[in-house]
Amino acid sequence: MSGFPILSLMLAVPAIAAIACLFVGDKMSRWVALGATLVTFVLGCIMWAQFDIGGAQWQFTERADLFGRFQYALGIDGMALMLIMLSVFLMPLCILASWDAIKSRVGLYMAMFLVMETIMIGVFCAQDLLLFYIFFEAGLIPMYFIIGIWGGANRIYAAFKFFLYTLLGSVLMLIAIIAMIHEAGTTDIPTLLNYDFPVQMQTWLWLAFFASLAVKMPMWPVHTWLPDAHVQAPTAGSMILAGVLLKLGAYGFLRFMMPMFPDASGQLMWIVFGLSMIAVVYTSLVALVQSDMKKLIAYSSVAHMAIVTAGLFAFNQQGIEGALIIMLSHGVVSAALFFCVGVIYDRLHTREIDRYGGLAVNMPAYALFFMLFTMASIGLPGTSGFVGEFLSLAGIYEASSWVAFVCTTGIILGAAYMLYLYRRVVFGELTKDDVKAMADLNPREWTIMVPLAAVALWMGVYPESFLAPMRGDVTTVVARLAPAKPAGDAHLAAGKPKAAKPHGETAHGSSHAGGVQ
Amino acid sequence: MTADLMLIWPELILTIGGLITLMLGTFFGDRNVGLYQLSSLLTLAAAAAAVVALFGIETTVFSGTLSVDSFGGFAKLLIYAASFVCIIVAPRFFNGGMRAEYPTLILFAALGMGIMASSRDLMTLYVGLELNSLAAYVLASFMRTDERSTEAGLKYFVLGALASGMLLYGISLLYGFTGTTDFAGIAKVLGGELNIGLIFGIVFVLAGLGFKISAVPFHMWTPDVYEGAPTPVTTFFATAPKVAAMALMTRVVIDAMGPAVGAWQQIIIFLSLASIILGAVGAIGQKNIKRLLAYSSINNVGFMLVGLAAGTQQGVEGVLTYLLVYMLTTLGAFLVVLQLRDADGNQVESIPALAGLSQRRPGLAAAMAVFLFSLAGIPPLFGFWPKYLVFEAAVNANLVPLAVAGIVASVIGAFYYIAIIKTMYFDDKSDTEFPKGGGAIVEDAVITASALWLSVIGYLFIPVLAVLSASAAAVLF
Repeated sequence: MSGFPILSLMLAVPAIAAIACLFVGDKMSRWVALGATLVTFVLGCIMWAQFDIGGAQWQFTERADLFGRFQYALGIDGMALMLIMLSVFLMPLCILASWDAIKSRVGLYMAMFLVMETIMIGVFCAQDLLLFYIFFEAGLIPMYFIIGIWGGANRIYAAFKFFLYTLLGSVLMLIAIIAMIHEAGTTDIPTLLNYDFPVQMQTWLWLAFFASLAVKMPMWPVHTWLPDAHVQAPTAGSMILAGVLLKLGAYGFLRFMMPMFPDASGQLMWIVFGLSMIAVVYTSLVALVQSDMKKLIAYSSVAHMAIVTAGLFAFNQQGIEGALIIMLSHGVVSAALFFCVGVIYDRLHTREIDRYGGLAVNMPAYALFFMLFTMASIGLPGTSGFVGEFLSLAGIYEASSWVAFVCTTGIILGAAYMLYLYRRVVFGELTKDDVKAMADLNPREWTIMVPLAAVALWMGVYPESFLAPMRGDVTTVVARLAPAKPAGDAHLAAGKPKAAKPHGETAHGSSHAGGVQ
Repeated sequence: MTADLMLIWPELILTIGGLITLMLGTFFGDRNVGLYQLSSLLTLAAAAAAVVALFGIETTVFSGTLSVDSFGGFAKLLIYAASFVCIIVAPRFFNGGMRAEYPTLILFAALGMGIMASSRDLMTLYVGLELNSLAAYVLASFMRTDERSTEAGLKYFVLGALASGMLLYGISLLYGFTGTTDFAGIAKVLGGELNIGLIFGIVFVLAGLGFKISAVPFHMWTPDVYEGAPTPVTTFFATAPKVAAMALMTRVVIDAMGPAVGAWQQIIIFLSLASIILGAVGAIGQKNIKRLLAYSSINNVGFMLVGLAAGTQQGVEGVLTYLLVYMLTTLGAFLVVLQLRDADGNQVESIPALAGLSQRRPGLAAAMAVFLFSLAGIPPLFGFWPKYLVFEAAVNANLVPLAVAGIVASVIGAFYYIAIIKTMYFDDKSDTEFPKGGGAIVEDAVITASALWLSVIGYLFIPVLAVLSASAAAVLF
């Protein structure tokens, strides 16, 4: 909260390092990239430490009238803080994950990742609508290169599909942004958050934003770019795509669509619920029959994101907090799962599930970590997945018991496909000779696994560290949505409080329902 | 009279400078490239200085047939800058075949274009247009022994003559039904009731001008001429005349036809959408980089027309900003094409031959990628900003369907831009080698500067651009 422009610095460090990477040669560029991402991570930690929970809604604000028509305005609230932390946490791990796997044009590769980091931080901290849009769409360019140059055999198709699909979505949002600026006369996001657009107009704006964000999310039926992009992208590309880029959609829902167009959100929530329900069941079933590991995890991402959207549109504290935790948890866990796939892909150069089996015998450490992340993905209590899924499903239930019912099926199916994957890859007989020859984790891979595992457990055991900064912002959104909120079918009634409860039960209850106002 | 002459210094300088350059070539021979090149460059610089000196004066000269205003000034500066670059890059391309006619013709074309951009009368409009066109026809067939070049010149001439005919027919109808050739006078009559003759006049004039800006359906000549003409000439065609014709079209539409919004707006909307869509679809499958850039220019003209269709001051500001950014991007892209030479020093125009360019010439490929992403309008490159401005103008003028259709079609356009980037970056190296060197430092400097400007730096200039384009656009309202 001092005048120190920490956000600008966080944008500048990777950007400058990206330029440097282009010129310093392949070997050096790895170290430059690692150093820059670590510095950014440290800056992020400082920012988190300095963040005043319960203080002003927008902190670390910076403002400079550089562009005339719109401003260079930065600032974060709790949600943005957590998502920035997720990005800066994953970045050094991504760089490490591609240390040996990337052999050609390393300088360009590192530069693209660093540019990506700048863009992601920019998206989350932009306080000007146009600045946000520029960052939001700029992310296409580095990702296009990452998939297209360093991807798998079918990378060109995947890169084109990714680029054009997401571009088509975002241009409609641009028209909506223009209309909003025209109507409200400002590009300042905090002002727009409290601007009441005419109800008729809200519907159109909502649909235009939805077209863009649903593709980014991705929601069924516009999710088809994701499996292709994931399968073809290099390991670190998948990590960052699943870890952070997928969160852009949900972030947009929460930052723009819900508070800016509350009435339209209330009217059109059935679209979101409907699509989410289909997505949860359909993509889980699709995941069940995949023979490609990355594709399976990609489909599971779509299913998880569907629970996020349903949770967001529950319009209550638990639902939204749960959705946010799933976002963070999925960011860590899916990145970890993609890395797990990457580890064995580097050894055997195939993602076919059938080619593996019995890894528990010769790669015990790997099997342990893979197990942990599988459980976190399923939502086992004690892991990050559980907290998010439980909270959001509780919220969804309050809004609509049917949606909660269908989404819960997804959790069961999720357990099915993840365990089935795990069984085929890790358990079973160790018969294949080339699989036998695979070595267990090396120190570099340990370095990546341990932080990911630690965070997944931390989030599962003490989610309050992550929830506390976001609680106030969620309350604001819920309050903004309250007039437009349709009545739920759950008819929850508060029970009569008993005089004295055993200590443990109260503590348990309050940690989840603590934010309900 | 003398007072009027004092206000058209840029035109006078160009006329005299052009004649001097011609004489220098005649007396000292075509071999003295440096001499006549220098004189032509000095002429352009002096003319630009004169434009700057006259900035801020808003008046008309020669009984109201020609205007001296910041709108014309803005356009002229762009035109002179583009001509300047096109003269610099020529000697290396012609490789000994350079003749003094080249800079002379460019100077006269620039003169014609300056008159186009500041005409306030149908007669001066036509004179300026023809002066530019005649010079352009000759320039297109400048490589007399090259079959493609002569074909391009002939094609350009025949179709250009047809367009001039249509334009003249429209002019005669407008004159016949309004009784004046003065823009303001025409606007006065168009403010009243429209009859069928006036509407025909408007349609024919717009069709004739549509040819000059190569808007669909008057675009047929563009790919052939761009492909056949010598690359420096193509660079010239893609930049300066586009600026002049677009400025002229804006002036005619806003100044002369302003009150008859209903009559011209539909036509402009049609031209705009047709150009965006056909320019994008036509480019897919092109194997020649110059043909592809021709379609790209058609596509971009469509976006400019979105701003013009709005018919507001904001729209015109958008068009002017778009012209500036488009001109820089196109200049950069063509300069990159000029640098593409194989081991024998031959120009490479085939797109498949560019495969793996990023590994052979990383700098050049990166610059080209910047230009292409910018032409596609992907932020954070600066090509996004003018697109934003024209769409904003359209939305604010209640033309939301046009904006939506245009922006969705822009995704089709993005496809072929990223397809070239794919060729340069994702594909394996082709057999064609692109040895370094031989390029003038000026070329590299222009490429580097425009690429840097079009990446994020351009955004810092938005306030300046806004002031310039606003003062220029305000003249018309």
